Amino acid sequence: MLHTILFLIFGGICMAGALNFLLQRHPVNSALSLIVVMGALALLFLLLGAEFVAAVQVIVYAGAVMVLFVFVIMLLNAGEEEHTMGNRVALFLGVPGLIVFFGLMCWTLGRSQLGQVQIGGYYVPTQELGIALFREFLLPFEITSVLVLIAIMGAVVLARKERQ
Amino acid sequence: MLEYIIFAVIKIALLLFILLTAVAYIVLMERKVIARMQNRWGPTRVGPFGLLQPLADGVKFILKEDVIPDSVYKPLYIAAPMIALILSLISISIIPFGGAWTIDKYHIPLQTTAFWNGSGIQDINIGLLIILGITSLGVYGVALSGWSSNSKYSLLGSLRASAQLISYELALGLSLVGVLLLAGSLSLRQIVDSQAGSLLNWYFFGGLQFIAFFIYITAAYAETNRIPFDLPEAETELVAGYHTEYSAMKFAMFFMAEYCNMVTVACLSTLLFFGGWHSPLEGLHLPVPGIWLMISPLFWFFIKVFFFIFVYIWVRGTLPRFRYDQLMAFGWKFLLPLAIANIVVTSLVLALRS
Repeated sequence: MLHTILFLIFGGICMAGALNFLLQRHPVNSALSLIVVMGALALLFLLLGAEFVAAVQVIVYAGAVMVLFVFVIMLLNAGEEEHTMGNRVALFLGVPGLIVFFGLMCWTLGRSQLGQVQIGGYYVPTQELGIALFREFLLPFEITSVLVLIAIMGAVVLARKERQ
Repeated sequence: MLEYIIFAVIKIALLLFILLTAVAYIVLMERKVIARMQNRWGPTRVGPFGLLQPLADGVKFILKEDVIPDSVYKPLYIAAPMIALILSLISISIIPFGGAWTIDKYHIPLQTTAFWNGSGIQDINIGLLIILGITSLGVYGVALSGWSSNSKYSLLGSLRASAQLISYELALGLSLVGVLLLAGSLSLRQIVDSQAGSLLNWYFFGGLQFIAFFIYITAAYAETNRIPFDLPEAETELVAGYHTEYSAMKFAMFFMAEYCNMVTVACLSTLLFFGGWHSPLEGLHLPVPGIWLMISPLFWFFIKVFFFIFVYIWVRGTLPRFRYDQLMAFGWKFLLPLAIANIVVTSLVLALRS
């Protein structure tokens, strides 16, 4: 019961943030509502008992990635954007696509057996998470970090100006 | 259930009162100590030895006109100081100040976010991560205030601040990993309890984490925008940095947030490196056993915190400000590799020992 109420509250905050993100005209406001979404997601993780993931969600996404977003928006001094009525392709492909997507989602959710979950139902202590990551899944973990490293190097290469 | 709520409310009220009073008097202490270091008197006029100066400052902040410049972006301009203050107040609620007090049949842990679960104290078992997360959000107060002020000095100050805070967060987080490896827990209470005993069990001495401590304290000075890393508000270049356009209570909120963060940093260095509320000598008791046993943890904790706050002021009185490129190079090229080296060495030693 309590879990349902909390889930609805945080899920609602999350959805409201996401909608506000789309509807706001100013990039800074959009970025701030994205932070709200991140925070609400962290709380949803916490409800499931994934405490480490929740903390990392706040530290990495809300505390570092979004700071860089806000930083870039401030640096470029991006102004308000103009809303147009949208183009035809979006109208003729997007709206039916959205309807199909929602229909599929409802159909799948209706067919599947939905289980129940309690507060902290998937509780994993940080120690166990660390052991799983660094013993059982060491290779995928390291490969992911190499992937991130390659992405960083790519960004540096793209951002660097050629010397004249 | 009801008594938990009552105790929680009492604890929150007490903590807020003590913290805000402490902040006011840390400001006075800073002015006094800096003055004595520069052969001046500091504030002496209000009350004996200037002791009522914080009260006068508070009244001044409340009574001053609250100017909101025309061209600011109002919602964020008003929200920014609140974000800064609220986040700094939340982060101190995770700090444990001592064991539990037993009054009558109730056991009251000296920590806002902990309760007695029947046999022991239950606190947040990722307390340290939560503090890091909340302090990493603190940058928004600074960044948004600078941007929404619509003034170039504020904007430059907040750009500097966000770049600086992100850069030093890495070194700060990595410097704590050594302690976490030794303690094997993220709960602040367990980290402190694993340092129980004498001075030699503290991670600064016994765990040989002094390099980690110096990285931590340096990065924390940068995180709290204090000299020698106070470039976001360098008054010789940027008027007052991100809070140039703020006046009266809004300015005071930034001010309070900065000093609350100082207190949090001092508390964290006490908890993580200097044994928290444990006394430096095993079983050091004065000849008044009953009440002393209750107060002694608080006494040791506050003595240590006081010392770190004094060091903050001492550093401010001693060191000049960095240049911005020096600041970045220092953070990325010196502190970060050193912190990683500390992790490698600590884990090697731990692996060899086990």
